[in-house]
Amino acid sequence: MPMLEGRGVTRYFGGLAAVINVDFQVEQGEVLGLIGPNGAGKTTLFNLISAALTPRAGSITFKGREITNLKPYQICRMGVARTFQTVKVFSNMSAFNNVLLGASFGRGNRIASTDAAKEAGELLEFVGLAQAEAIPAKDLTLANQKRLEVARALATRPELLLLDEMMEGLNSTEVSRAMELVKSIQRRGITVIMIEHVMKAIMNVCGRIMVLHHGAKIAEGTPQEISSDKTVIEVYFGEHVDAEN
Amino acid sequence: MVVTILNVVIAGLLLGGIYALTAVGLSLQYGVARVLNIAHGEFIMLGAFITWSAFTLLGINPLVSLTICGPVLFAVGFILYRTLFTRLRISSPTPGAFEGNSMLACFGLLFIIQNVAILIWGADIKGYTYLTFSVDFWGAKFAGKRLLTLGFALVICLAFYLFLARTRLGKAIRAAAQDPDTAGLMGVKINQVLAICFGFGAMMAGLGGALISMCYEIQPTMGLDYTMIALIVMVLGGLGSIPGSFIGGLILGLVGSIVTYVQPGLSLVAYYVIFMLLLLAKPTGILGK
Amino acid sequence: MGIGKATSKDILAMGLGLLILALSAAAPLYASVYMVVMLTSVLMYVTIAVSWTLFSGPTGYISLASAAFFGAGIYTAAVSGNALPLPLVIVLGGVVGFCLAILVGALTLRLRGIYFVMFTFGLVELLLHFVMWWEVNITGTTGRVVPPVANTTVFYIMLMILVVLLLTVVCLRRSRYGLALQSIGENEEAASHSGVHVTALKTIIYGVSGLFMGAAGAVMAARWTYIDPTIAFNPLISFMPVLMAIFGGLEPLYGPIIGAIIFTYLEQILITRFPYYYMLIFGIIMVVAILYMPDGLVGLTERLWKRISEKRYADA
Repeated sequence: MPMLEGRGVTRYFGGLAAVINVDFQVEQGEVLGLIGPNGAGKTTLFNLISAALTPRAGSITFKGREITNLKPYQICRMGVARTFQTVKVFSNMSAFNNVLLGASFGRGNRIASTDAAKEAGELLEFVGLAQAEAIPAKDLTLANQKRLEVARALATRPELLLLDEMMEGLNSTEVSRAMELVKSIQRRGITVIMIEHVMKAIMNVCGRIMVLHHGAKIAEGTPQEISSDKTVIEVYFGEHVDAEN
Repeated sequence: MVVTILNVVIAGLLLGGIYALTAVGLSLQYGVARVLNIAHGEFIMLGAFITWSAFTLLGINPLVSLTICGPVLFAVGFILYRTLFTRLRISSPTPGAFEGNSMLACFGLLFIIQNVAILIWGADIKGYTYLTFSVDFWGAKFAGKRLLTLGFALVICLAFYLFLARTRLGKAIRAAAQDPDTAGLMGVKINQVLAICFGFGAMMAGLGGALISMCYEIQPTMGLDYTMIALIVMVLGGLGSIPGSFIGGLILGLVGSIVTYVQPGLSLVAYYVIFMLLLLAKPTGILGK
Repeated sequence: MGIGKATSKDILAMGLGLLILALSAAAPLYASVYMVVMLTSVLMYVTIAVSWTLFSGPTGYISLASAAFFGAGIYTAAVSGNALPLPLVIVLGGVVGFCLAILVGALTLRLRGIYFVMFTFGLVELLLHFVMWWEVNITGTTGRVVPPVANTTVFYIMLMILVVLLLTVVCLRRSRYGLALQSIGENEEAASHSGVHVTALKTIIYGVSGLFMGAAGAVMAARWTYIDPTIAFNPLISFMPVLMAIFGGLEPLYGPIIGAIIFTYLEQILITRFPYYYMLIFGIIMVVAILYMPDGLVGLTERLWKRISEKRYADA
């Protein structure tokens, strides 16, 4: 049974179709890439999974359970966590407290506050922010804020992690570090779906890729299959110049 | 029987016309200038008292006072926006913070204006008799001044609608209501337009107050109730929708008139029940987005 | 500052607080009756202001309904004061305040903040009109007489209510719910996605704040031997805690306390001399404070404190 499954997921904004009849499956332990030009509906799909939005039609199931009409906090408690395209850290709270919030709530039974604090410390170290523990989130660099968001999401003990353009605005060193981070998250046994425009990362880290365009799924397959798919190349012609490809 | 119904309906439309007028004013201030002016009722009160003073002290016809109240309250609103709210707009870190801060500033203004009014006019209920003629219609008498007041309320609203739809400034206001930043980029002097909007809002309140003083008794503490009603009308019509506020005002006025007929003293409670139902079922209101 | 860690600032504040508490508790022994009555007023305003800040401070949802909960407490005492013993009346006042706040919260807190502000703004007038109508049409009476209670008793009960409130605030802030409340104020969507049941938490905390306001009202009812709707439901009580918090800052343990003390004292002095001028002055102070003191008085000292300790971040 796939960990996450969507059938006929559809969402409109007024008269505009943002996501049309998308079917998808995510297997446990894999890293699925979600790509497509701007406005393809990728973040909308994330919003539908995390219940920030409700679909007009279709259903989404997580580990066999229907999650279509739940609230975001319920989905988090079931084991799905996410980051946001526009970073949403708690600006005036310290980095530590940002992660602590995730550890204090999130999946599973309520854990003792000392355990939560320990977890928060460990996760800050895992993402490389141990030094920044006491700094208010608003004073961190963008790259660090993104890492903080990942730590906070991980603190909720997810089985599935949705990463939304984690690497946007990062230089190539930071991108490499982020790629390593995703790989180590996968090694922890967490399933990942990542929205990315940085092709180098997608090709390198993802085992499978799904391509959206104008709200519909136009291709799906391994990185090699996708990079030689004619439809995908047409859609991306002129969008991304990538020497690695 | 028919006469009673007609009376209730006319009273409702009159009330509704005033509610619509004042709610449109508040909608301008909130929908465009993004200031939740909870002191709105105090501007209404000022309009009422200026008219009262003009009539009792100088013998000026209340209908003529409309031409005094209008510009005076417009100026008050305009100056307030250019000084207080523009300052707040600059110093507020986010639009959300500005909404909160400006609302609180209005809270302060509420107490300032109300107490200044008490100092000037005293805290008692006041009223004046004006136009006690009645109109014969279908074999029954209706209070003439009510019909006249209703007429004026509707005319003012219509005039404003035409202004918004036809004039250049009106278009600028509509643009600013949709998207202040883009409007600014298109050459609309946004600060000026917002101040004018706020001024118009205050003006409508003042005109509404003048009309109220013609038909009802007034008191310096009357503002609070009218502010509440204007807020409920805005929610009923849909936040940010000026035509919505107009329709909502008429509806609420009719409801109020019916409730007052059946059980006087419960009209405000009835409005709040409607408010609660809206919150439960359709917070965006009739025409809201 | 994480959960469970007490900073040096906290310890200083707690020590100071205990000292003030001890002095206050002994007040009836050495102070005049007038002083005791005035101190009771201070305690009342502090209680309302801290209750207000408990919810509105971290979440940013500005409640204008304090007078409604306080008034509900007053009326509960007025209605039940002759039939029930005083402690029960106080508890009942708290329960009524709690239930009313939960109702308001459940109705409005799942929507945008603006609806909350609008609804709470009109609540006082609503209750006023409703109770008036009820008294005129259903019970036939206007107003009620409250059994009198000794000044010192009122003082001690008010003090107790405040102490319980402050303990509640401290416990809350040290728990994960205090952190959650703060995160809601920072970014509600992110908090929700991190597993926080945002609406439930907001509503319950609002209920707690209404509880203490209701209890305070129930005990203060004894001050006015005769209660009618216009006395019980006074918009001033909605205005004052907001003013105190703006002036004093939004830290529930210091800000509103400082603001409340200053303004209660000011009010007592002015109210006898200039009954209408003083509200005017307060209104002006409110506007000035919003314009020029965005963090309040406490915020100013906080910024000074930060400047001293800022060196720490230089090498991060």
